[in-house]
Amino acid sequence: MMTTQTSPEAIDFYVRETHHDGEEHHHEPGTLLGFWIYLMSDCLIFGTLFATYAVLGRNFAAGPSPADLFEIDMILVSTFMLLFSSITYGFSVLRMHKGDLRGTQLWLIVTGLFGLAFLGLEIKEFTHLWHVGATPMASAFLSSFYTLVGTHGLHVTAGCIWLFVLLAQLQIHGITRENKRRVMCLSMFWHFLDLIWIGVFSFVYLAGVTV
Amino acid sequence: MKYVKHALLLAIASLLCGCNLVVMSPSGDIAQQQSDLIIYSTILMLIVVLPVMALTVFFAIKYRASNKDAAYEPDWHHSTSLEMVIWAVPMAIILCLAGLTWVATHRLDPYQPLTRISEDQPVDETVEPLVIQVVAMDWKWLFVYPQYGIAAVNEAAAPVDRPIKFEITSTTVMNSFYVPALAGQIYAMPGMQTELNAVINKAGDYKGFSANYSGAGFSHMDFRFHGVDTGGFDAWVEKVRAEGKSELGRTQFLSLDQKSIDHPVTYYTAVDQELWGAILNQCVDSSKLCQNDMMMVDALGGGGIEGLTMRDIFAGICSSDDPAGLLTGIQRANAETAPQSERKMTLVQLDGEGLGLLDALKTRQTN
Amino acid sequence: MAGEALAHVDYSRWDPIFGKLGWDIFPFYEPVVLATFIGVVIGGMALLGALTYFRLWGYLWKEWFTSIDHKKIGIMYMVLALVMLVRGFADALLMRVQQAWAASGGTGYLDSHHYDQIFTAHGMIMIFFVAMPFVTGFMNYVMPLQIGARDVAFPFLNNFSFWLTTSGAILVMISLFVGEFSTAGWLAYPPLSGLEFSPSVGVDYYIWALQIAGIGTTLSGINLIVTIVKMRAPGMDYMKMPVFCWTTLCTNILIVATFPILTATLALLTADRYLGTHFFTSDMGGSPMMYVNLIWIWGHPEVYILTLPVFGIFSEVVPTFTGKRLFGYTSMVYATAVIMILSYLVWLHHFFTMGAGADVNSFFGITTMVISIPTGAKLFNWLFTLYKGRIRFEVPMLWTIGFMLTFVIGGMTGVLLAVPPADYVLHNSLFLIAHFHNVIIGGVVFGVFAGISYWFPKAFGFKLDPFWGKVSFWCWLVGFYLAFMPLYVLGLMGVTRRLSQFEDTIYAGYFITALLGALLIACGIGAFLLQLFVSIRNREKLKDTTGDPWGTGRTLEWATSSPPPYYNFAFTPKVHQIDAWWHMKKAGYVRPTEGFEPIHMPKYTGTGVILTIFITGMGFALVWHIWWLALVTFILALAYGIDHTFNYKRDYYVQPDEVAAIEGERTKLLSSGGNA
Repeated sequence: MMTTQTSPEAIDFYVRETHHDGEEHHHEPGTLLGFWIYLMSDCLIFGTLFATYAVLGRNFAAGPSPADLFEIDMILVSTFMLLFSSITYGFSVLRMHKGDLRGTQLWLIVTGLFGLAFLGLEIKEFTHLWHVGATPMASAFLSSFYTLVGTHGLHVTAGCIWLFVLLAQLQIHGITRENKRRVMCLSMFWHFLDLIWIGVFSFVYLAGVTV
Repeated sequence: MKYVKHALLLAIASLLCGCNLVVMSPSGDIAQQQSDLIIYSTILMLIVVLPVMALTVFFAIKYRASNKDAAYEPDWHHSTSLEMVIWAVPMAIILCLAGLTWVATHRLDPYQPLTRISEDQPVDETVEPLVIQVVAMDWKWLFVYPQYGIAAVNEAAAPVDRPIKFEITSTTVMNSFYVPALAGQIYAMPGMQTELNAVINKAGDYKGFSANYSGAGFSHMDFRFHGVDTGGFDAWVEKVRAEGKSELGRTQFLSLDQKSIDHPVTYYTAVDQELWGAILNQCVDSSKLCQNDMMMVDALGGGGIEGLTMRDIFAGICSSDDPAGLLTGIQRANAETAPQSERKMTLVQLDGEGLGLLDALKTRQTN
Repeated sequence: MAGEALAHVDYSRWDPIFGKLGWDIFPFYEPVVLATFIGVVIGGMALLGALTYFRLWGYLWKEWFTSIDHKKIGIMYMVLALVMLVRGFADALLMRVQQAWAASGGTGYLDSHHYDQIFTAHGMIMIFFVAMPFVTGFMNYVMPLQIGARDVAFPFLNNFSFWLTTSGAILVMISLFVGEFSTAGWLAYPPLSGLEFSPSVGVDYYIWALQIAGIGTTLSGINLIVTIVKMRAPGMDYMKMPVFCWTTLCTNILIVATFPILTATLALLTADRYLGTHFFTSDMGGSPMMYVNLIWIWGHPEVYILTLPVFGIFSEVVPTFTGKRLFGYTSMVYATAVIMILSYLVWLHHFFTMGAGADVNSFFGITTMVISIPTGAKLFNWLFTLYKGRIRFEVPMLWTIGFMLTFVIGGMTGVLLAVPPADYVLHNSLFLIAHFHNVIIGGVVFGVFAGISYWFPKAFGFKLDPFWGKVSFWCWLVGFYLAFMPLYVLGLMGVTRRLSQFEDTIYAGYFITALLGALLIACGIGAFLLQLFVSIRNREKLKDTTGDPWGTGRTLEWATSSPPPYYNFAFTPKVHQIDAWWHMKKAGYVRPTEGFEPIHMPKYTGTGVILTIFITGMGFALVWHIWWLALVTFILALAYGIDHTFNYKRDYYVQPDEVAAIEGERTKLLSSGGNA
């Protein structure tokens, strides 16, 4: 415990900011931390939806079960779309660290195309199910299935929009500190969605057709 | 001003009276034990609460700034032994309370059959508990007495000192079945059955009501619960039979199940044996597939694509001896009438032949 | 009679342009609502007129609405909470009058349809738009000052969060006059809140108001966590943070860890109502019980989201007015963390009566009781801070003592309700109502008023008039006991909650007493408003020139001027031990008056307001099923949000001469204060 007898001169009570260039870096780790916390909160939304699926996922209401509906081959293809997109995003980040704007943008475009392909396959799956009559209104299982998978799909959609906005921003400003930060945030988002999809794939699709 | 004074006097008078605390002086053994528990827990907690309140007042007065005689130690902020006490005392009390809670919760589990009628009277094993099936509706209560084949709306009766087993459900939203004089409440939920075991020890006319808000007619969703002696109970049963307006079958039930507020007491002379099951499984309207059939199909892996449009083919599967066999039969019947290639991902309509096969299967299974 | 709820408006209609809107949605048929409506319109016109007349729009827009200064946002949260407190309290009075009237024999003046809306609105408003903005306001205003920061981590996000909360409040207020509010209770249990039993737009207002405000709360939670983790002044380790910062940290962790569950749950309920899915229906495999579980997994931590910050407030007030360091800082911190974790493990105690087995019920009963151990430890810590202190009974301290005496009663009845068999007889009764008002008024509200009177001089540069503060305190204290002790008794008499009609008059005395209590609380609110008025009038007399108006401030917010300059501290403080400002005073700290350096600050922006206008429009359109408008506002919000990301110039440097000028003013003020 510091005693109160210390002389005033001995204690430095405020910071002399001699290098305020350094201060600008101050917020950056904050952004990444904040974004990470946001992802955790998003993870809880998915957690709730997974829990919902766990509770309701076998309430078929005398209707179809996963085995009747899922075409696992197609799902596997779309899973790989998403996995590849994570890898290509990784390439993009590597190019960015090398300071290669074109390379960064190119790999981002490839990532976005994979993302769009994934979404296309998901839309195809949903329309197919809908035509068969397996709508979200048909049973609690289908309600929770569509919501869980659909929420992930909405996230991927948001990710794609973000990705194309970011491409434009990279085009305008190049690889600046802000843009680096944004690419890193989207990177976290993208890999996070990939992780969630791994959960969806194993928990909903694989478990659904094998049980 | 005068009105305020009058109101104040009235308020004080009724506060002092305090003689209507039905929760604290109930007439049923379960409720009695629950109220005892309130008292024990309160006493246990007062051990720590009272000293805290007293000390707060005492310190506040003693160490007021104007009292210069009181000690002042601005830097005193830690005392390991005191902190041990601070944490240990509440912990000890909560430990006691936790033990009490564990024991009492298990002893007073509403699902457990009673072990005693009152403090000094064990249950007579030879007496069969009175079963009362309770249905919460918008906004009234239906009581079915399966052992007597009668039913009543917004009125129930039970003989004193005979164990009662309530089986509770709802046709609409969540309600809570509560007769404060008898026992604690339990939710009434659609498509589900909750249970409450209780006994009434004193004859009397008690109030029961829904303790969970259920919409517009909630304030009037109450009923009378009569604790009567055995003779009185027989008389009440006779009265229901005599004054009943009709028997209670599916049709009467469906018309009763319409929204109504402050529904008059109504008696039914007889009750359809299958009605309770149908209420519980939400298929009084026979065009709907019963919940238990649906759950049986789900447990067996679902009804397939065809289940989306033809749920009713599964009716009765739950009561069959071999549900799995029946389901396979239904599916085979289905398959035989549709080309194999279209089995998956295709809507298949059963034609006449398939339906005939299905009926035959069902008949064989249920016989 | 049964259909009275639906008699006025047919909500099944739909028009491609106007959705479910129609002329009959305005409650002109209802004199009480119509009178309120006319009153609000006239009052609103007067207010808008005055703003225009005095040319205040520009000022409000430039200095407040677009502000990303955490202090101004904090104050705006408080103003929002205060306005909504008046609304929520008006609902409370309406209920008290109806119950007293109906219990005295008669039917009262409200039919069930209106009464049900009122208690639903009261609960929802008081929690989401009064208690939440109050505590968020404090956390926003005080915490960055206490950790020696210049703003929060994401200043724009902070502004946006505030406006999202406001948007929710606006939607609830609109529902008063356009259509109707939910009648399904403040937590909207299905199936009652489902389309079949609540076909009106009421539940939709509830859903979208909550959804929008809830997202704002989550974002604000993220923001404040990062602020604490990343922006503490040099030297301020976690264990040197003021307790209020600790409770803020734990609260925001709770927010981030629970509000997403609310968001998801509401989204599922929305799907049930808008698409016809089967999450919470009682047929087709849905499970209403799951909703009850999910909503309380959010709902119980929510209670601690409200109480933890006020525990922090008391932990600041007590040391200041005893002139003594807080007793047991470490155990205070651990108690806070333990409460934070335990608050996740107790949700089932809200529905012991659902019929879970005895094992499950006793588990949740016992975990609930366990929370009372750290809570008890906190009380003891405040108690022993009083011990050998020099207690000055200024208004904040009065609230604190009132809290300590009242809160223990609420805590005790809470533990009582945690014993499952006891809960079977007390659940949903007025005893329960008395209990949670006992902890929320006796805890949160008292804490909020303690905080307001404690930090008001910091925020505005002058103290609040103590006389009217004391009047307000005594009205609240006595009013609370008068209003809620009868409810405890009524609960033991077997009276359940949410009743608008009574069959006998034996309860009359209790309800009339409760009404008198509520009226006394109304006087308390009135006295508080009067206190604001009187204090503003006498602000010169009540002026704080020192920055440390109570003289015994211990934490860093008292180190700067009152009100603080927008950059908070000319130099970032360096912290050496707990209670940094106390240490600075003891060690003879000399305030630097020269050598200022440029300060990096964020720029104000109107983006938050504009986005919120679109989002509120979207919420309204969704409530009324006006799909084209929902789509248009959504696209506008998205486009505007994306456009905002193209703005890379969001900050600037405050030049040293400007800092020198502001600090020079303060030097003058300090010396004048010293001479006077």
